[in-house]
Amino acid sequence: MQEHDMSWVRTEMALAQPAPASVRGMGAWVRTNLIGSVGDAILTIIGIALVAMILPQVINWAFINAQWTGPDRSVCATVAQGGIQSDGWSGACWAFVNAKFGQFMFGTYPIEERWRPILVAILFVALLVPMLIPRVPRKGLNAILLFLVLPIISFVLLVGGMFGLPHVETSRWGGLLVTLSLSFVGIAVSLPLGVVLALGRRSKMPIVKMLCIIFIETVRGIPLITVLFFVSVMLPLFLPAGVTFDKFLRALIGVSLFAAAYMAEVIRGGLQAIPKGQYEGADSLGLGYWQKMGLIVLPQALKLVIPGIVNTFIGMFKDTSLVIIISMFDLLGIVKQNFSDPNWATPQTARSGLIFAAFVFWLFCFGMSRYSMYTERRLDTGHKR
Amino acid sequence: MASQEILREEPSRGSFVNDPKVRSLFFQAVVVVLLVAGVWWIAQNVIANLTRLHIASGFGFLKGRAGFDISESAIAYSSDSTYGRAILVGFINTVIVAVVGIITATIIGFIVGIGRLSQNWLIRKICTVYVEVFRNIPPLLVIFFWYSGVLAVLPPPRDSINLPFGSFLNQRGFYFPSAVWGDGSWLIFVALLVGIAMAWFVARKAHQRQMATGQQFPVFWTSAALIVGLPLLAYALSGFPLSFDYPKQSTFNLTGGFQVSPEFLSLYLALSCYTAAFIAEIVRAGIRGVSKGQTEAAAALGLRSGSILRLVVVPQAMRIVIPPLTSQYLNLTKNSSLAIAIGYPDLTATAGTVLNQTGQAVEGVLIMMAVYLILSLVTSAVMNVVNARMALVER
Repeated sequence: MQEHDMSWVRTEMALAQPAPASVRGMGAWVRTNLIGSVGDAILTIIGIALVAMILPQVINWAFINAQWTGPDRSVCATVAQGGIQSDGWSGACWAFVNAKFGQFMFGTYPIEERWRPILVAILFVALLVPMLIPRVPRKGLNAILLFLVLPIISFVLLVGGMFGLPHVETSRWGGLLVTLSLSFVGIAVSLPLGVVLALGRRSKMPIVKMLCIIFIETVRGIPLITVLFFVSVMLPLFLPAGVTFDKFLRALIGVSLFAAAYMAEVIRGGLQAIPKGQYEGADSLGLGYWQKMGLIVLPQALKLVIPGIVNTFIGMFKDTSLVIIISMFDLLGIVKQNFSDPNWATPQTARSGLIFAAFVFWLFCFGMSRYSMYTERRLDTGHKR
Repeated sequence: MASQEILREEPSRGSFVNDPKVRSLFFQAVVVVLLVAGVWWIAQNVIANLTRLHIASGFGFLKGRAGFDISESAIAYSSDSTYGRAILVGFINTVIVAVVGIITATIIGFIVGIGRLSQNWLIRKICTVYVEVFRNIPPLLVIFFWYSGVLAVLPPPRDSINLPFGSFLNQRGFYFPSAVWGDGSWLIFVALLVGIAMAWFVARKAHQRQMATGQQFPVFWTSAALIVGLPLLAYALSGFPLSFDYPKQSTFNLTGGFQVSPEFLSLYLALSCYTAAFIAEIVRAGIRGVSKGQTEAAAALGLRSGSILRLVVVPQAMRIVIPPLTSQYLNLTKNSSLAIAIGYPDLTATAGTVLNQTGQAVEGVLIMMAVYLILSLVTSAVMNVVNARMALVER
């Protein structure tokens, strides 16, 4: 057998050459990303000027000049304003946030009973975290605990009046407690209600369809404040004399109905995106209406519109701050109420309190939107071309 | 014949309980009965409650004397005016803040949205931070921040901050020179209208000529010359009738000029900043929605980058952008009702005051709902016309 002499063919791989110097390293990055052209360079200079103008001031205000602890307003006021700081001082008054932290979280919930909301919060986190991590098993049981058992336990713990727990009026609730409980109940109510409304809007029964359209379009056409006005002013008129509604419950109804209308439109988008073949396939298998929707259509439709659903949740979480209009004190409301505390009123108080509230809201909303992006990627099993 | 008769025979449908038509009729009948019963029950309760509280129903109360003052109003109003006029003042204030806010939010939103797609890393990051901050905090908080956090801690009128063009900023708002139109200034407005009409005509003719012959005409510069030049000419011809009333500092306050209240300013700034973050995301999605092949094909045809953007990318991006942009405009209009929290007298605030004074809860809420619904419908009708002009014309 003759041996093939293929000496002109390389037997070992050529070593990879490094990329040319012009496209690697810091210099190249700066060239392409910051000074790609004359216009780019000008924009970069404007950008640097902007950052240089704002950032040091912000850092100075929020950290370096900030007052972290203190008994009263004097630590956050200049001498001219009756405080101890030198003239021209400007810094965050975190001492105010520090002193009022309990109120910001619980409102005027009695101090000796505050272990109850804390316990609810711990239970909530303990049930929510495994729910959010896809690898943890027993999602069904977890969901039942989170959406059925936890609300009952929370109701008993927060309201009290049974099992030897003293009763706490909802008018004493406040702060983050109100914000979170309003949004949790709002989410838990608006999603199923939105599904029902969306199905109703696509129903073949003309009367049901018309009612759903009227409800959805009316609620979407008016601001939440008007809805809250409606439930706080008109609901008492709608009920027989003597029947009164708790203010908290009224806000809950308003927020849930409002979010349900938006949710319905999001879900309708998902329903419309499901090909007709899926509906017809379910029909030909002999499934009834609820089986068809529950087993075939909704699982696919809801998966498609997860980003929209989470956006509605985020919108609702932010909208809970409007209950201040019907004089309930959620996180924002209680922060604003404390501006007028003469013990702490300084030019810096309002800014510090609002930035703290903004940070808390931002944390929740940003977390939700990031988690929805993660879920979207995880569930992205089809439909994408 | 016999076989045909067999074919015509109705197939057995089983029990009528399983007939979809019967079931649908039954369910709708149940819904109607429940609805009528519910409405009847509510109506009974409302009537009983109103008689118990001695409130007369109907819209007659709108003619009553309002008896409260409104801090800012575009039309003549005093506490002797009627309730109806108070609500009208609120409505006009809502429209003003919504229109000005929509314009500003669109401008900021487009700048930030395009900035997020910039080649420039720094600009991209700054725009991302802007969007992520404002998207994730409640609009009400932004309003409070401008109102109590920024504008309320400005110096008192005595130490007003001087700004260019003779304007001032202090606790009581923003003051700028107001224009005083002298005799003959109507000529300027006429000239402006004529200029716009001529510019439109020139643009049309230029387009027709380009379609027919391929020759281009500098439309932009001609239009600019017409729209700016003609009014300036009229201004000079009529003997410079325009003068300015500058705000002047007196001992305790500023007099003269035009004052923008801090309530309006904070509502306007907050709504613009907040909505701009959402518009930026819409613009970004719109531009990214135009496939790269379009840009490359346009480049292959020999278009310059400016023309590619103007003739190929933007018209297609607008198609994606306009429907969600409409809903953002509607959101801004609805969010303007947050004015009530800082005391800017918009529709919700004035109607709310009327409602509290007269006790006419049902009518007051109905007016509010109707006005916002109409505003929403008008905005979406306008945007639908724009959308129809932009939409893909398919053969």
